[in-house]
Amino acid sequence: MAKDYNYNKVFKKKYDIIVIGAGHAGCEASLAPARMGFDVLTMTVNLDHVAFMPCNPSLGGPGKGHIVREIDALGGEMAINMDETMIQIRMLNTTKGPAVHGLRGQADKKKYHQRMKQILEEKKNVDLKQEIAEELVVKDGKIKGVITKTGILFKAKKVVITTGTFLQGKVIIGEATFNAGPNQQYPANELSKSLVNIGLNLRRFKTGTPPRINRRSIDFSKMHEQKGEQGLTFSFDSPPFEREQVSCYLTYTNSKTHKIIQENKMRTPLFSGIIDGVGPRYCPSIEDKVVRFPDKERHQIFLEPEGELTGEYYVSGLSTSLPEDIQYEILNTIPGLKKAEIMRAGYAIEYDCLDPNDLELSLQTKKISGLYSAGQINGTSGYEEAAGQGLIAGINAALSLQNKDPLILDRSQAYIGVLIDELVTKGTDEPYRMMTSRAEYRLILRQDNADLRLKGIGYKLGLISEDRYQKFLEKKKDIERTLKFLRNYQVTPTPENKKRLKKLGSGALKKPVVLAKLLKRPELEYEDLKYFASELPDVDQEIKEQVSIQTKYQGYIDRQTSQIEQFKKMEDRIIPQSINYSNLENLRLEAREKLKKIKPRSLGQASRISGVSPADISVLMIYIEQQEREKDDEF
Amino acid sequence: MNNLKEDTIAAIATPFGTSGTGKVRISGPQAIDISSKVFEASSCIDLKNADSHTAHHGYIVDNKSGETLDEVLAIVMISPRSFTGENVVEFDCHGGMVPLESVLEVVLKQGARMAEPGEFSRRAFMNNKLDMAQAEAIIDIINSKTEKSLTIAVEQLKGGLSQKVNEIKEKVVTLLAHLEASIDFPEDEIKGFSFNQLKERIDSIEKPIKRLIKTAKQGKLYQEGIKTVIVGKPNVGKSSLLNYLLQENRAIVTDIPGTTRDVIEEYINLNGIPLKIIDTAGVRESENLVEQIGVKKTRDSLKKADLVLMMLDVSQGLTEEDIKVYELIKKQPTIVVVNKTDLEKQINLDRTEKKFKEHPLLYISVKEEEGLEELKNTILEEILHDNINVENDIMVTKVRHREALNNAHDSIKKVKKSFNNGVPVDFLTIDLKDVLFYLGTITGETVTDDIIDQIFSDFCLGK
Repeated sequence: MAKDYNYNKVFKKKYDIIVIGAGHAGCEASLAPARMGFDVLTMTVNLDHVAFMPCNPSLGGPGKGHIVREIDALGGEMAINMDETMIQIRMLNTTKGPAVHGLRGQADKKKYHQRMKQILEEKKNVDLKQEIAEELVVKDGKIKGVITKTGILFKAKKVVITTGTFLQGKVIIGEATFNAGPNQQYPANELSKSLVNIGLNLRRFKTGTPPRINRRSIDFSKMHEQKGEQGLTFSFDSPPFEREQVSCYLTYTNSKTHKIIQENKMRTPLFSGIIDGVGPRYCPSIEDKVVRFPDKERHQIFLEPEGELTGEYYVSGLSTSLPEDIQYEILNTIPGLKKAEIMRAGYAIEYDCLDPNDLELSLQTKKISGLYSAGQINGTSGYEEAAGQGLIAGINAALSLQNKDPLILDRSQAYIGVLIDELVTKGTDEPYRMMTSRAEYRLILRQDNADLRLKGIGYKLGLISEDRYQKFLEKKKDIERTLKFLRNYQVTPTPENKKRLKKLGSGALKKPVVLAKLLKRPELEYEDLKYFASELPDVDQEIKEQVSIQTKYQGYIDRQTSQIEQFKKMEDRIIPQSINYSNLENLRLEAREKLKKIKPRSLGQASRISGVSPADISVLMIYIEQQEREKDDEF
Repeated sequence: MNNLKEDTIAAIATPFGTSGTGKVRISGPQAIDISSKVFEASSCIDLKNADSHTAHHGYIVDNKSGETLDEVLAIVMISPRSFTGENVVEFDCHGGMVPLESVLEVVLKQGARMAEPGEFSRRAFMNNKLDMAQAEAIIDIINSKTEKSLTIAVEQLKGGLSQKVNEIKEKVVTLLAHLEASIDFPEDEIKGFSFNQLKERIDSIEKPIKRLIKTAKQGKLYQEGIKTVIVGKPNVGKSSLLNYLLQENRAIVTDIPGTTRDVIEEYINLNGIPLKIIDTAGVRESENLVEQIGVKKTRDSLKKADLVLMMLDVSQGLTEEDIKVYELIKKQPTIVVVNKTDLEKQINLDRTEKKFKEHPLLYISVKEEEGLEELKNTILEEILHDNINVENDIMVTKVRHREALNNAHDSIKKVKKSFNNGVPVDFLTIDLKDVLFYLGTITGETVTDDIIDQIFSDFCLGK
């Protein structure tokens, strides 16, 4: 049914792709297609908030840091933008195994925003405009364009929605509530209606942020300093990070803090019932923590600088929607924060988001052809998760314009693949955050090998420049050459070698072994091998790291690799689009309903839907085979 | 998603119940390799070199214990010329569930996986071995068998097995949640484990798995009967003990009086547990007993014994012959029974008790019927160990459960090995997740979300 749309004027230029929103998802969703040669319009409520970080001034950690590395390998911007503007970086989890090492960096919020905005401004086929999207134009199930608050119809072949927490955003601070987007920006009040009108399901989620306080009111001497490390970067192609770094500081809450919270918990919207939205468990408010874990004597509070040109500090660990007066009282019980001066109060925010079950693995909506969505609107949380989806949605909008198959990363290829698979296949009941424990092939999805996993794909898409790709091929060659050397070079048990091993605290050598075998010993590092083999290739640190991991943990890696081979067999069994589950009477009703809703792409994906049993998959498998044979018979 | 991999599967392919012969079918790329590891052909041919569609006589041997499980006919069918279109080996075994299940079990131990309901047929269809008309029939088979196996599974889970398995799973989930929380939230205060604490946690998972495997073995004993051998020099009272036990408890008589046999087998029922008593008595009494024991057949039956009753005679004293017999059997679970306490003691009790101190020693008089109740109790204790209460204990008897438990055990052993090698904690989680997976095949899968839920209920996390 054709609908009449109200607008004053049709914009003169017709775009290939419109991206609604210029947060972390929107920026990637804009840049990728532009780099692939398409004309992109990026519209945002406020141009001073492009790539804005409304919560932590930081990126990374285990899982999230992995995603940033993957975005880099695929040719996204997040990692490079961070390397150019960050003020601190560290590697977490260094003792827990290579797969769970996670980079974590402190961003300079203003600089991060400014540089990203500049990249978009300078990209010649991106038009960056301050506009408020109010209505989507859809005709015959296809997206046609976007009408703005000021009555302009922008026409486009594809639209990517990346509205973050703006949809019907409602900010809550104690008893006070008002309609606003993050950081009290103008909310998107009308777009939700349009999404419902075109048949999408909306839900209400909630998240929160702590107060920001002024540096001159903080007594850092009462706190534990946390410094950065030199030489680390998010991007595989950034020069080593050598700039001066800014520290974070650690302090703790105490029984006084908790008492105030207990006494005032009825004034929090969480308990008074103002909030209906579902909040994330991994990002609980301080009132939540104190009430749920009353026996915990103290909670950590990290003070993170928001940037070099501002005195604002983010009080990590103190996310809250308590009234502002109580926020003061709480802060002042904490060592070092006795005189803390709040500059921005902490708040909770509620917003509309989509049900990701309504999406395909390409991030296109199942209902409206050409309409994609990415980021927090899909039920996730976190800048990294948003950017990862934005990149994929942007790439797939572009691939669709090229009449090519979408890019679908599977669970064995990338955390981004795990993320999208889980959203689309299982859905989510709370804002979804990436954790390494969600990845069954964690050992293969390391942050150190994201380039080896994905850079070839980024290059083929045209998102990785020839220069960067050649450099990558060199690295790959170095790794192979070094591994070959390690696997072939024999070390004999001469008296000198035995003595050296003893000195290194390593066991005796009884018969000649290859270097790789020595490197497998936990106590020996690459550098230690030099003594036994003077011709040992003198390669870059990242090569040494790579060959060491691949050698030391080869047994475990091989096991996961063979599991992945099995997994791929099922992922490769594509379910024909034409399948009509209603006719499949041999499937149990529950399975039929679920399959109809999710429309899995492969038997592998189907098998991950809750309520679909192995027997259902067997039946489905036979049915598909039957259909194919019938089709063959026709020709 | 276990049943969709193109791995090698095996199952008993003939209907349940007693019949003349039964069939164990193995299908998949590894079918021939796996079969060749468990099959010893009488012609010495290796199944790997066998032509397609040939049959071979031989034995199924458990290469771990060296025990011969059954005499079978192996039929080799090479892909694509088989029912499933894959490499297939079929073992035609002697009927009855016990031999069939033990053959299946060694096949599974060599790396095959228990077939899901209808899986042979599904593979056959996918490999174009069945036509379209048969597709519907296969779907029916899958659906009905799934339903049936669910009913069976529910029945088997009665008696507390699922509770025991769930208890172990809970331990694994709790440990995993702790390790994963520390990995995913490195900046939160999560107390790590000390070396000993972690070791203890791992042991506390391994132990109950081992215990369940042990009851699995006992479950098997219940079906087969506990092989009990009575040994002792002539006139020590073997026959009278056997007769006494038979009188009281005779279940099945297989012996026909007057016929000559090397070994007599009798079944008795001891508090519900079938004892298969192998008596070397009455055979060539005049000959030297040590020589008799040296006879291969006798030695074999001793080697296979689950329990040995070594009989002495107080009126005769401890002889060289006794010591020699003892040397042959002392590694088996043994009860030393000193008979004829009604007669004058010629035996040095101190010396005897010292000599046999590793085994329970009892004084009885079959003639006066003294000490016999105690003997029965001791026999039960020896069989069941740890004073397991027969009534309440959980019996793991199904091959599928045994397979799952064995796999879970292998995985927890890998965790232990990784731990002892000092690898970072992430590597422990890999095999711990496998433990969960295998236990989940008994009671229902544990999904990643369960671990994540546990993380958030156990720890206060997040910014």
